[in-house]
Amino acid sequence: MKRLHRDFGKFMLYLIVIPYLVFLLFPFYWATISSLKTNKEMYDLSTNPLWIRERVTFEHYAYLFNRTLFPKWFLNTTVVASLVTVITLSIASLAAYGITRFRFRGRAAFAICVFVAYLIPPTILFIPLYQVLRFLGIIDTIWSLIVAYPTFTVPFCTWLLMGYFKTIPLELEEAALVDGATRLQTLIRVVLPLALPGLMTAAIFAFTLSWSHFLYAVAFISTSPQKPLSAGVVSELVRGDVFYWGSLMGGALLSSAPIVVLYSFMTKYFIKGLTGGATKY
Amino acid sequence: MSKTSAYLMIAPALLVLVLLMVYPVLVSIYTSLTDRRIGTDGNFVGLTTYVQLIRQPIFLRTLANTGLYVSISLILKTIFGLALALLLHHVPAGRNILRAVVLLPWLIPTSMSVLIWQWMFEPTFSVLNWILTQFGLGRISWLGNPFWARLAVITVNVWRGIPFFSIAFGAGLTAIPQELYESASIDGAGSVTKFFKITFPLLIPVFSIVVLYSLVMTIADFDIVHILTRGGPFQSTHLLGTLAYQVGLAGTQISQGAAISLFIFPALIFAAFFAMRTIIGREMV
Repeated sequence: MKRLHRDFGKFMLYLIVIPYLVFLLFPFYWATISSLKTNKEMYDLSTNPLWIRERVTFEHYAYLFNRTLFPKWFLNTTVVASLVTVITLSIASLAAYGITRFRFRGRAAFAICVFVAYLIPPTILFIPLYQVLRFLGIIDTIWSLIVAYPTFTVPFCTWLLMGYFKTIPLELEEAALVDGATRLQTLIRVVLPLALPGLMTAAIFAFTLSWSHFLYAVAFISTSPQKPLSAGVVSELVRGDVFYWGSLMGGALLSSAPIVVLYSFMTKYFIKGLTGGATKY
Repeated sequence: MSKTSAYLMIAPALLVLVLLMVYPVLVSIYTSLTDRRIGTDGNFVGLTTYVQLIRQPIFLRTLANTGLYVSISLILKTIFGLALALLLHHVPAGRNILRAVVLLPWLIPTSMSVLIWQWMFEPTFSVLNWILTQFGLGRISWLGNPFWARLAVITVNVWRGIPFFSIAFGAGLTAIPQELYESASIDGAGSVTKFFKITFPLLIPVFSIVVLYSLVMTIADFDIVHILTRGGPFQSTHLLGTLAYQVGLAGTQISQGAAISLFIFPALIFAAFFAMRTIIGREMV
């Protein structure tokens, strides 16, 4: 009897999880089938829209590749996200090492600044950054994004790496220093290899955040060939009042695909970064 | 010597903070005190821009919208996020795969998932109204009516936020020592008592960080409203960020845009102060 009671409890648990899953995941299903339907079927009010009745078509994806700058936006996004990741990791690992290994004046103040900077949303910065980037003459190019994105990746990754570096025992470094290595050599040869999981998490987050960012992209870039995916797909598949829904869904899915692939291989790091960056500190 | 290397190591990060964050904030404050438009220098006009702003109905409506959007979204994200965290914590099998799948709405670029929602809200050919008609209900002009449009933007915000809340709460749940529950059981505590006497109090530090962080990010939200409604219909969904963009960049009145976006600052200071207190309190332990 008690066992039956417990099994019923488990059953109820799954029963409540199901509506959650439907709510959270249905949009992806809907986008997928919409991107594969013919326009004729999509705009036919008499059919059940929840699955594909007629035939699967790739015409929406073909439109994306042949009639829009989608491949160019994809390339832009890849370049921006990769460069920002490299820049961020170099800056953040140096800063995190400096702050966890040295006692110097202003150390606590700097740590607080990093934390506050991590909380500053792009919505506060986009208007003055627009002016600064315009002054620098790089507005309306992907370079404006490469300069602007570190404002959210550097504080986050520095904060994350500070947490990791703190957990690495000092003895190994001291041994290297005694052997005559410089601080920089110690950082590169001893600390970074040990902090590899932390670096992976930081890299994945810097890449994902840069890949996905939207506000700076719409605020700084209006020339189509300079746009990243987030801005390109949203603005260029609506002509006047006409929404190219099939291609919009295809574009949304293809733009998300690299992140999902990365995530499926590295779920552990994503969850670590999510809880480590936002809740542990 | 070692101090010099410390300063050299933090120098690049400090440059990013000073040149790309502190300096722009100062530029923004100064700009808001001028009558600058894009492409002109403008003159110093003191607080005139702010005075004009708080006399404009659209700005006051935006403040009210932002308050509504933030409070309802935060409450719903907390409730549903906590419930999902508890569910996932107790499911006997498949927890990891469920956790991984549930994160998708948070993982996908927001601009892309909002596009998907925009298509779902489409009134004639899309799925939400199709479901309504299957139940014999009328079609709803989701994004064409102030009430439904507000509901729509809040729904998308909650949809995107639940994963973050539930995974963060889940990490907090895992950190609670199992022995506490066992000794409470011995003392005859039921599951409701255990929740309010053990789970909830011990989740408060995680809870406050998550809510404070989300408070800032929700007040500063842009993507969802900009793509779904552009602030409409009748400015019923404008947030500070979308209004600042529309007035400051699209409308070229950059001084007003700067002033509007600076209204996010008080929330930021509030959140930073309390978040830091929580963190420092915890590091002392």
